[in-house]
Amino acid sequence: MTQAYFRTDMLPPRVPPRGQRGALKWLRENLFASVTNSAITVIGLAIVVWLVVQAFPWFAHSVWNAKSLAECRDIVHQTWGPDASGACWAVIHERWNQYLYGFYPMDAYWRPNLAFLLMLAALAPLLFTHLPRQLLWYSAAYPALGYWLVWGGTAWAMVAILGGFVAGWLAFTLVKRISAGLAVAVAVLAAMGWWLFLAAPVTGALAAVAPLTLDFVPSDRLGGFLLSIIVGICGIVFSLPLGILLSLGRRSDMPLIRTFSVFFIEIIRGVPLITLLFTASFLLSYFLPPGTTFDLVLRVIIMVTIFSGAYMAETIRGGLAAIPRGQYEAADALGLTYWQAQRLIIMPQALKISIPGIVSSFIALFKDTTLVIFVALLDPLKGITDAVRGSAEWNGVYWEPYIFSGAIFFIFCFGMSRYSMYLERKLKTDHR
Amino acid sequence: MSLADSPSAGSFRLSKLLTDKHYRGYTIQFLFLILLGGAVGWLANNAVQNLDRLGIAPDFGFLWNRAGYDISMKLIHYTNDSTHGRAALVGLINTLFVSVLGCVSATILGVLVGVLRLSRNWVISRLMTVYIEVVRNVPLLLWLLVIFAVLTESTPAPNEFRGANPTAQMWFWHNVAVTNRYVALPSPEFWRSLGNVDLGIFLVSLDLMALIAVIVLAVLGDRAWRRRAHRVQEATGRRPATWPVTLLLFVGAPVALLAALGFHLSAPVMKGFNFTGGILAPNPFFALWFGLTVYTATYIAEIVRAGILAVSKGQTEAALALGLRPGQTMRLVVLPQALRVIVPPLISQFLNLTKNSTLAAAISYPDLGATLGGITLNQTGRALECILLMMLAYLAISLVISVAMNLFNRSVRLKER
Repeated sequence: MTQAYFRTDMLPPRVPPRGQRGALKWLRENLFASVTNSAITVIGLAIVVWLVVQAFPWFAHSVWNAKSLAECRDIVHQTWGPDASGACWAVIHERWNQYLYGFYPMDAYWRPNLAFLLMLAALAPLLFTHLPRQLLWYSAAYPALGYWLVWGGTAWAMVAILGGFVAGWLAFTLVKRISAGLAVAVAVLAAMGWWLFLAAPVTGALAAVAPLTLDFVPSDRLGGFLLSIIVGICGIVFSLPLGILLSLGRRSDMPLIRTFSVFFIEIIRGVPLITLLFTASFLLSYFLPPGTTFDLVLRVIIMVTIFSGAYMAETIRGGLAAIPRGQYEAADALGLTYWQAQRLIIMPQALKISIPGIVSSFIALFKDTTLVIFVALLDPLKGITDAVRGSAEWNGVYWEPYIFSGAIFFIFCFGMSRYSMYLERKLKTDHR
Repeated sequence: MSLADSPSAGSFRLSKLLTDKHYRGYTIQFLFLILLGGAVGWLANNAVQNLDRLGIAPDFGFLWNRAGYDISMKLIHYTNDSTHGRAALVGLINTLFVSVLGCVSATILGVLVGVLRLSRNWVISRLMTVYIEVVRNVPLLLWLLVIFAVLTESTPAPNEFRGANPTAQMWFWHNVAVTNRYVALPSPEFWRSLGNVDLGIFLVSLDLMALIAVIVLAVLGDRAWRRRAHRVQEATGRRPATWPVTLLLFVGAPVALLAALGFHLSAPVMKGFNFTGGILAPNPFFALWFGLTVYTATYIAEIVRAGILAVSKGQTEAALALGLRPGQTMRLVVLPQALRVIVPPLISQFLNLTKNSTLAAAISYPDLGATLGGITLNQTGRALECILLMMLAYLAISLVISVAMNLFNRSVRLKER
């Protein structure tokens, strides 16, 4: 029997030495691999500990209910001793409505709230492609609805403005069979004709029959995150089509259009947003027919859109440049027209490639909405905080408002960047 | 874009203006030109009418009028008797000053953070991730306001440094005082100064020029010495040590120059309720500089990280296999390739930093937007001229930066043969 000489079963693997497994191994490899590494770890931990030790008591001694900063400090001193310092979140508790709505009339808060909810509903069919396509009609009508809800006035004015688009679309579908170019011209004429001649009498007549009016709220009453979100969302929604057009213009075969696009993009990208906002606030009225003025917030939105559109154009141009020439040739071979090829073949791919850049532009735009303070609109960072600090009760409060509005901005921007990562993963079609 | 671009054969017919792809281009451009011309004409006509009505013809003469306001930080001579034009120049120089300093410090911090974020050390890479995500997802304006608030709220007033037993202490052996209005720094002085040269617009210190000349010479000399070392290496196979010469040129020569000129620091001294002597740098400057640095560094860090990750691992392994030391691998193999990815977005970050410096107005740093686009505009009411000049100045800065960086970019670009 030589059987006994051989082992017939496998030996189970031995457990690694204690330093080579579990938490200890992880610690050694990730934190204390070498002397320098250990030193960096210790320094890093020291910084974290120092920050926590410095900030923790301040947060722990938070006061949520007080009528003024002095009362806040009294409460902190009474509860935690004369040397204690504590956060006074009462300022947010008392003035949160100004941070969210600025000086919007309090009894009308339901209007921006409703507009916000309806906006989410209008954005849904744009963001989620499996929703019924008919909802896009609602999305198209939303800007007028949102404007009416926030600023007020008569609803029929908005209906009349939308009517121009409907008139243009009707004219376009009627003439389309004859010639597409002609149809565009006729559609523009029809819309213009409606707005110039028919809109005012129709508005008057409809308003006389059924007055659908909300109290008018002037723009200087808007402020805080309401203003930021209005400017931000409008800029985002309008700058994307502008950017697409500009990027196509920059890659166009037609020298005139290409030159115009290049100049437009480079000039806008070469100047700071503040100069454009100054233009909106000081200069734009010079370039309009004498006597016309229009709302400062609208002017700011136009400038922000132009500014962001130029950046968007460069981002999308990057995406366009990454598309292989074969795609264009394939579109030509299929007999698609320029716009069909762009819509069905080129743009879906180009936009997909440029998603990270587009979303960073969106984030930058949203952060830049705070710059409206330089044209005396009440942004949530400085405008509202200065207004709050200007009152006798809250004079001297610094960190709490900054932390509060900073946190809201962080949530929005961080959320957007995470959404773009999700979108990138979802749209990834190559198999690597 | 398409292959069917070539004009179709055959004679030209009028209908081809709409149907032929080639001729349709002309039609579209013609229409576009008409529309553009119409729009520009309409805007210009409106502007002429409006300016006429207000009785203000565009005129840049106000630039030569007395400004009448003080500027808290000026790098060239300026008093409130100077002209608006000079005030604008002071503002422009302040903008350039903070932008250049910001670009340098943001690059240093950004590279450091970007490399540390790639570190295998868990604590430090997480810390850097948190820093990057928190800072870049919050508006720059907030960081400027916060840093400015820290500088003004948690520092002592200048008069607390007074007396034999002051309540506040100066730093660095009584050389630096951080107060709630300014930071008092020692100023560089020379016993045997070479004097200044008056360029008409501003004075140029010959001492500074001499120092720059010596450093330029040192760079040239160092390069020549390296070339010589290279030749020796080619000929004999042994590379002579270059570092002693480098050290001598870059440290020895400037130190010798400074010693010859009698360089010394003159510390600020308390006189009355304020510091005199030294350099009193206003807090808004530091707030703006730190804010721009901390904010832009997060973007640069991400660019650097992406650049380093873009160099494939095989390159490092190949370099190590060839026997290069880790330092050499980094310097000769990884960095040149990473730079190619890093430089173009880095340029746009420098441009962004310069444009973001206009946020100075929020913390009352006297940059171009605060002098020309702020006080001058409000005093004279010349909005059109002021904003036009401001835009031109920023366009020029942007153009110069992008041209300079594109030249550099070309030198590190992949040489395709």
